[in-house]
Amino acid sequence: MPLRIDGVVAAMVAAAMTVSMSALGQAAVEAPTHLEADQVSDHTDTAVRLRWEFPPTPPGEVAAIDGFEISRAAGASGSFEKLVDVPPAARKFIDTTVDADSAYEYRIVSVGRDGSRSAAAQTTGPIDTALSGWVKFKRSTADYFMWDRFWLLVIHIVICGSIIYYILQARKGKALKIRKIAGLEAVEEAVGRATEMGRSIMFIPGIQDMNDIQTIAGITILARVAKTAAEYDAKIEVPTSRSLVMTAARETVQAAYLTAGRPDAYNEDRIYYVTDEQFGYVAYLTGFMVRTKPAACFYMGSFFAESLILAETGNSIGAIQVAGTAQPAQLPFFVASCDYTLIGEEFFAASAYLSGEPDQLGSLKGQDMGKVMVAAFLVIGCIIATFAKMDDGAYLMMNMLDYLTERLLV
Amino acid sequence: MKRTIPLLITALGGIVLIIASFIPFTLDWGEKASIWFDILAGVAFILGGGNLLKVHLRKVSDKQAGFGYSIVTLVAFIVMLYVGLVKWDVPPMEAHPNSSWSGEYRSVDSPFGWLYEYAFKPLTATMFALLAFYVASAAFRAFRAKNIEAILLLGTAFIILLGRTFAGVWMTDWIDPDGPISGLRIENMTVTIMSVFNTAGMRAIMIGIALGIVSTSLKVILGVDRSYLGSKE
Repeated sequence: MPLRIDGVVAAMVAAAMTVSMSALGQAAVEAPTHLEADQVSDHTDTAVRLRWEFPPTPPGEVAAIDGFEISRAAGASGSFEKLVDVPPAARKFIDTTVDADSAYEYRIVSVGRDGSRSAAAQTTGPIDTALSGWVKFKRSTADYFMWDRFWLLVIHIVICGSIIYYILQARKGKALKIRKIAGLEAVEEAVGRATEMGRSIMFIPGIQDMNDIQTIAGITILARVAKTAAEYDAKIEVPTSRSLVMTAARETVQAAYLTAGRPDAYNEDRIYYVTDEQFGYVAYLTGFMVRTKPAACFYMGSFFAESLILAETGNSIGAIQVAGTAQPAQLPFFVASCDYTLIGEEFFAASAYLSGEPDQLGSLKGQDMGKVMVAAFLVIGCIIATFAKMDDGAYLMMNMLDYLTERLLV
Repeated sequence: MKRTIPLLITALGGIVLIIASFIPFTLDWGEKASIWFDILAGVAFILGGGNLLKVHLRKVSDKQAGFGYSIVTLVAFIVMLYVGLVKWDVPPMEAHPNSSWSGEYRSVDSPFGWLYEYAFKPLTATMFALLAFYVASAAFRAFRAKNIEAILLLGTAFIILLGRTFAGVWMTDWIDPDGPISGLRIENMTVTIMSVFNTAGMRAIMIGIALGIVSTSLKVILGVDRSYLGSKE
């Protein structure tokens, strides 16, 4: 009697589920389609990649799929064993548990929310995991070269090669057209203003040490600004945050004065150390600015939170301000508060721009080729990503996108 | 000679470290070089500290304008240096109770720790707090509808600022979050602006910065740009 009741109850539940499923428009589970597998072994893993498409669902109905179950068999005659369950959103699975120089077959089954299972979709033939000669070579040399960084090396060589090429071209006398950068054109104006007003120029080479490329870029700009200041007989002050920067700045400014023919005007006490502490340094600088009111302020280097304090204080004293940094988070503050701002790449181009030397201008051209390459990658990547989304069973674009995102741009 | 040796060191060091980043067993050379630099910079502080003393002592002796600040600087510098170097009143480590210099110099029980916690940190926080006022003054000056770009900037800033406040979110709360115009909810507009437009702009700048870094580094390594070396003599 209890069994019959249970059976009656079960039948009623099943009927209710069918009614509810049809009310919701849920279809019975179908097998995934367009199952493809290929070997994607590299120097670290022997792997097989599976791709499939979501099972077709009639219009107006919702596929009640809870996930997919992937099984694997060794060779054409092996028995299938369950490998893994993947969520319903998955369209790809990479099996890294395969052995090299073997063959495998795969099956994938849709699993419904009610536990029902579809028919299996199976790969059309065994997948051979025999390693190619190139992969074998990479594995044999993995102790001597990081193959993960292979494409980084290629990009490195291309960009550095283009910079060197254009430097050599410039040395041959080829004229190079460089667009005007307002902030750098204003250097002479700023120095001239300081001379007319009889006030000093303040140059801040950032708050990082000489191991930061931004500080080096700032010091190379200091050389040009100091030379202009020497020619105009303007006083330049360089309070530094690091001892090594002070030493390098002194050498640089001294050389600049020598080049300008004013070695007697050089005073090393105008380049001095303040403190390593960020806010102690900016407290000194703002106090100095308010007391001595420099006519021109240059902020060239690596800055953090103190950038706005410096720029606003300079604004309040009416100084002409030229800033340059490669810290993207600080650029908006400088743009808002300074008269001229060298944004990122312009800051690194400043030294070459101000020197006017053909060698250095050639390097700017090489940089531009790097940008062309990046732009080309962007366009190609967008096209591939767009077509990959529109892919319907042909996985070429998706495989190309995977290669771009997982190998080339890692 | 004065410039040749530094140029050679730069070139050799640069090329070796670039190559080392592609070879597994030399991968940590860059980090080691960085540690060597930190040691050099630490020793170089003697130069900076000496310069600090010289500059401020001269200001005091010449009674230049503002020499009172120099006195404060010198007193603070010497006091902090003394209590830190001699580890004045620092409790020794438990493992070495008889060695007075074995304790941690940053111990909050010591005068050095006390000066750090109750003098240095409040002063640093005060300077940092100034940013709040400077952001307001910079925003007041920058966000003015003078031209099309400024109007766009003002509008965008308005949306972002409102989207970060409860009042702003409340203003567009009536829009169905799952409806077709849910994108007009201010918090969604804020997220879209930050994650799409702002991110795109930042990435573009960072690409340029990366290329600039490569170019500048290459010029320094190859000796094309030698201005950081100083005198040509």
